[in-house]
Amino acid sequence: MGASQSGRVHKFQELADKTGFSIEQIKNLHSRFTYLTQDEDTLRREHLENISNLAINPIRRQIIEAFFDKRNLGENEKGCLQEISFEEFVTVLSFFRPPKPRIPDEEMKNIRKEKLRFLFNMHDTDNDGVITLDEYRRVVEELLSSYETIGAETAKAISDGAMLEVASVTVGQMGPDEFYEGITFEQFMQILQNLEIETKMNIHFWNLDTTTMKCGK
Amino acid sequence: MKMLLLLLLLGFGCGLVFCDQNTSDPHGRRVFPVLSINYDYVQMPFEVSLWILLASLMKLGFHLIPRLSGVVPESCLLIVVGLLVGGLIRVMGKNPPVLDSQLFFLCLLPPIILDAGYFLPIRPFTENAGTILTFAVVGTLWNAFFVGAALYGVCRLESGRLASFDLLSCLLFGSIVSAVDPVAVLAVFEEIHINELLHILVFGESLLNDAVTVVLYHLFEEFAHAGAVTAGDVFLGVVCFFVVALGGVMVGAVYGVLAAFTSRFTSHTRVIEPLFVFLYSYMAYLSAEVFHLSGIMALIACGVVMRPYVEANISHKSYTTIKYFLKMWSSVSETLIFIFLGVSTVAGPHAWNWTFVTITIFLCLLSRVLGVVGLTYIINKYRMVKLSGKDQFIVAYGGLRGAIAFSLAFLLSRDDFPMKDMFLTAIITVIFFTVFVQGMTIRPLVDLLAVKKRKQSKCSINEEIHTQFLEHLLAGIEGVCGHYGHHHWRDKLNRFNKHYIKRCLIGGERSQEPKLISFYNKMELKQALMLLESNSSANLSTAVTAAVPRQRSRKTLNISKEREEEIRKILRANLQKTRQRLRSYSRHTLMPDAEDDDWSETLLRKQRVEMERKMSHFLTVPARRESPPARRAPVESDSRALAARPSVLISISDETSDGPRESRGRKPSVKFALDAEEQKLPRCLSDPGPDQLPEEDEEHIHQTD
Repeated sequence: MGASQSGRVHKFQELADKTGFSIEQIKNLHSRFTYLTQDEDTLRREHLENISNLAINPIRRQIIEAFFDKRNLGENEKGCLQEISFEEFVTVLSFFRPPKPRIPDEEMKNIRKEKLRFLFNMHDTDNDGVITLDEYRRVVEELLSSYETIGAETAKAISDGAMLEVASVTVGQMGPDEFYEGITFEQFMQILQNLEIETKMNIHFWNLDTTTMKCGK
Repeated sequence: MKMLLLLLLLGFGCGLVFCDQNTSDPHGRRVFPVLSINYDYVQMPFEVSLWILLASLMKLGFHLIPRLSGVVPESCLLIVVGLLVGGLIRVMGKNPPVLDSQLFFLCLLPPIILDAGYFLPIRPFTENAGTILTFAVVGTLWNAFFVGAALYGVCRLESGRLASFDLLSCLLFGSIVSAVDPVAVLAVFEEIHINELLHILVFGESLLNDAVTVVLYHLFEEFAHAGAVTAGDVFLGVVCFFVVALGGVMVGAVYGVLAAFTSRFTSHTRVIEPLFVFLYSYMAYLSAEVFHLSGIMALIACGVVMRPYVEANISHKSYTTIKYFLKMWSSVSETLIFIFLGVSTVAGPHAWNWTFVTITIFLCLLSRVLGVVGLTYIINKYRMVKLSGKDQFIVAYGGLRGAIAFSLAFLLSRDDFPMKDMFLTAIITVIFFTVFVQGMTIRPLVDLLAVKKRKQSKCSINEEIHTQFLEHLLAGIEGVCGHYGHHHWRDKLNRFNKHYIKRCLIGGERSQEPKLISFYNKMELKQALMLLESNSSANLSTAVTAAVPRQRSRKTLNISKEREEEIRKILRANLQKTRQRLRSYSRHTLMPDAEDDDWSETLLRKQRVEMERKMSHFLTVPARRESPPARRAPVESDSRALAARPSVLISISDETSDGPRESRGRKPSVKFALDAEEQKLPRCLSDPGPDQLPEEDEEHIHQTD
């Protein structure tokens, strides 16, 4: 008991150093992980689909996929996992950690790049490094999916318009024979540079709902 | 220019003196008066109009003087004008009018607050609501008690006239002088264009501290009557605060809902739509004032609640009317307030006391700085985006006092407060100090400290998509983490809004329209009209690029729904670039709005005629007629749409391509347009995009929040 406890604490410390969370936050996340997986060791898609809050979210499929996407876990591979461990869970969540207050601009730029990379991976479902029109269209359709009266026409129109905007902003004049493949990561960063991702894409990591957890470990 | 202003002042002063002359002149039998003067008949409206006219002419004058408006904020200039006018009147032997508190609170203040509340940027406000509330409530309380207690201490130490000040009077004075004034803050901050966060912090604080000020003011006034203070009274005071604040908000919300509901049925009487907005808001303010609730909070709540629903219901013209009227009234009000402040300074009885005044100014500054620093230290523990030292400095430095403090002091009765004159003098000095010294120096300080300025953000469909995507993503991640945070509740509120409230309050099919769609439609419409605007003076017969037009025709045609649909269709096929407008919360410069309804119809017709001529250029390109989508309309409008589209394209390629590239640039655009709906995917995106033009932003698109 004692050995496993200290071993776990040691592992938490490692995780904390790697991802930037505090020990307290890692403990809370561990409790949450245990709750979600019903005390198993690995998290699967079904566990996430059981969360009631997520069921009404229009983009839940992409959110769930993001947890199992290898590109977010720091490896240079592509593809998906079927189940993830606690470490990988925390790694994905670390993309949403608010940045520390006084950090130099360079680091802030890196953080922004990482968060935008996360978003990009969420859109680029076929892993080819480019967001094509189809993928973007799907994103818009999902966003509008909660409104039953909106047809596919409108989603198509909006995504077309958005792609055109990206093209005109990033590429400018194109020759008559060129055509626009899709949004690359650099272009993605360019069009969203005014969104201040590093301040917006954060959530607080305290006040986790620990009331419904089982006690005893 | 200066001579003109001087003459104006002179003429005005004469006019005022002339007002008071007695014109009745009875004798026994008189000749039939061919021409007679009866000034009494029109005196009141005449004087009011003359004042307003003077105020507006002053504003005009300031902006004509080239360098002045860049250095000195308008509020300072207006106070100086007020001083001059007051001096002039006194020189003529009359008593200058003092800023009547009833006039101020019932007529001059509501338009400014309504303007502020109606156009309040909701998203930054709710994101920083906790911070704003803390500054407003805790900060104001701290200021009031610190200034009051310290002043009392000083008065105790000082012998002489000050010794008669008791604790309650000092506390009352502290509560009056410590409230940050929305009018002054608006007047100064609008001209310096700092970033959104700081603007909303200071401005939000100035709006919300009204509740605290009202409660403290009435509390101390009552206690001064009663004499002794018990613990029960203090407790009641705290209860009173909640009643005042929440009651004001509820009154405002009720009236807001009523206004939204009424606007649902106004589709047949579009002309009086703006009137409902104004009347309901004013009634909210007055109803709150009846019960001594916070009128300002009622007004803000009313504006905030009714805005999304009213805007979905009313016509575009009514929206423009509301916007222009609110800006106009609030601008005039603000000008009048500052001029009157100047005049009242000359008028009122003054009791100058060096110690009192200097100590007051010093204490105000000190308490403000201490309060901001202390509160920020606590708040930063709970904020994700911490407030830096620079931010704190701007927040502290932006705590300007204004006419509300003066009017509140003016309302004091002289029996209970024999030192009222001294209070008034001190308050006027504080106001002058903050408006002149702080107002004038804040702009160079902002530049010196390199505070982030307001970003001219683009009106971009990509940003809108991703903003919404982020909202859902963050709500989802919060769900995964089991954390019921900001995003979770906002999501719930949006869903509740969509399912229940929007169904009731928005008429017709607009209630089912998601935000993204309305944003996209608005943007398309705006771009279509802007392209048409630029097209109107583009010389179609030559290939020379045309300058952007500055004058517009003044026809007023009604733009029907079908025309709107057409324009949207044009855009959907041709969404090339986004020319945008400067986002501005400024009251003084309204965005040069495209006069949407006016000339688009005539232009479309004109283009069709010119198009017939131009068509010969494009005989090589197969002009495939676009198959009209199922939901659409008469053939005539289709042909017009078809004819109009290439002309729009031509204007674009005219503007962007020059010389040799022209022919190459033109053909692909036309090919693109005509093939848009039918071509395969990759080709569809072959966008020979135009160059970037300077981009500006349109305010009301982003306000549909």
